[in-house]
Amino acid sequence: MSDEENDIVLSELDDEELVQQMMDDLYDGLKEEIEEGTNILLERGWQPYDVLTKALVAGMTIVGHDFRDGILFVPEVLLAANAMKAGMFILKPLLAETGAPTIGRMVVGTVKGDIHDIGKNLVSMMMEGAGFEVVDLGINCDVEKYIGALDEEKPDILGMSALLTTTMPYMKVVIDELVAQGRRDEFIVLVGGAPLNEEFGKAIGADAYCRDAAVAVETAKEFMARKHNQARA
Amino acid sequence: MTLSDATLTQDGLETAGSGRVLIIGCGALAREILAITEANGMDHVDLTCLPAILHNRPDRIAPALEATIAKHRNQYETLFVAYADCGSGGAIAEVCARHGIEMIAGPHCYSFFDGNEAFAARDEVTSFFLTDFLARQFDTFVTKPLGLDRHPELRDVYFGNYERLVYLAQTDDPALDAKAQAAAASLGLAYERRKTGFGDLAAALAPL
Repeated sequence: MSDEENDIVLSELDDEELVQQMMDDLYDGLKEEIEEGTNILLERGWQPYDVLTKALVAGMTIVGHDFRDGILFVPEVLLAANAMKAGMFILKPLLAETGAPTIGRMVVGTVKGDIHDIGKNLVSMMMEGAGFEVVDLGINCDVEKYIGALDEEKPDILGMSALLTTTMPYMKVVIDELVAQGRRDEFIVLVGGAPLNEEFGKAIGADAYCRDAAVAVETAKEFMARKHNQARA
Repeated sequence: MTLSDATLTQDGLETAGSGRVLIIGCGALAREILAITEANGMDHVDLTCLPAILHNRPDRIAPALEATIAKHRNQYETLFVAYADCGSGGAIAEVCARHGIEMIAGPHCYSFFDGNEAFAARDEVTSFFLTDFLARQFDTFVTKPLGLDRHPELRDVYFGNYERLVYLAQTDDPALDAKAQAAAASLGLAYERRKTGFGDLAAALAPL
């Protein structure tokens, strides 16, 4: 951060400037500034949902695009995510109180044998930011854990993540079990992780491979819109 | 032959020999491969290596391998690929199969150094592994690319689900042991040194 930026007093900015500054601060991974900005907007009467979408999600979307384009790298994305998480921590209870819209429900977890959860956590956060209810099963999830969560949570979407080429085939084990139970069509199955690609997603019978968290959100929204259209037809 | 870790990491190794057999390997295996070929008098075997840093971008290994095979195909009777799958998701095996070239069996070097069977049986999901090369090059392969030198607060985001760092030792070197132990401490992980020697690597190269 430059000296000039150090001199910025967030509370003296008007709403538009503050939102822009928060997006810059999110990009720079400045957790405390995001907390302060979030509180200021709430004090000014902003709806929690608007703070979330117009400042945090919008800022994180820019981070996502720059990561995709090779401008930002994993450490910077993680710092930005950490800052967004701090803002969401303030907003989450308020969102529940104010009845913010819910687009759909997702169960997500990293597959058996895999303990890597950075990508999954980013997806969870961005999905929540986009208005999805997310049930995070954590890491090293076997087929029983996934199926049990689907029974219990009755989500619209099942998300599976893997970082290792040795563990990604386990996604097919889960999908095959759903097919065997005759329940495959009950769920939208989205898969992601660094070693995956679209071809792999198709080969294992997923509905879509999602390259990053932003794509996961867009894909989930598209599938939910289709689901609602089908229900109405 | 004098080998520099920095060169093996960034540039790999050009072959200087004129043997009948060429091993195309990962720069992280250069010392071990040369130790095996020299110890067994395999003078007919030459070695060229791709940059070891491709370890961090496994999607780039297969295309680099393809180019190296094309470069040396006509100079040698036999080529051998000293890579396991190494996170390529079958892409290295696909290149080898297409060119009729043998490669090392297994998912990665941690597995074949430990012995593929033993490694699979251990099922160490929460262990992070180092070899001799990676213990020497820990900062280049782990600390810097993950930004831990600039943002140590990210350590637990990356390694919070790991429990143990296992140093798979190819040699008995107290200095490397100390480096690996320091790496474990820096990641907040328990430490284990496991002497593997060359594991399945020696058997893989023996038929050459």
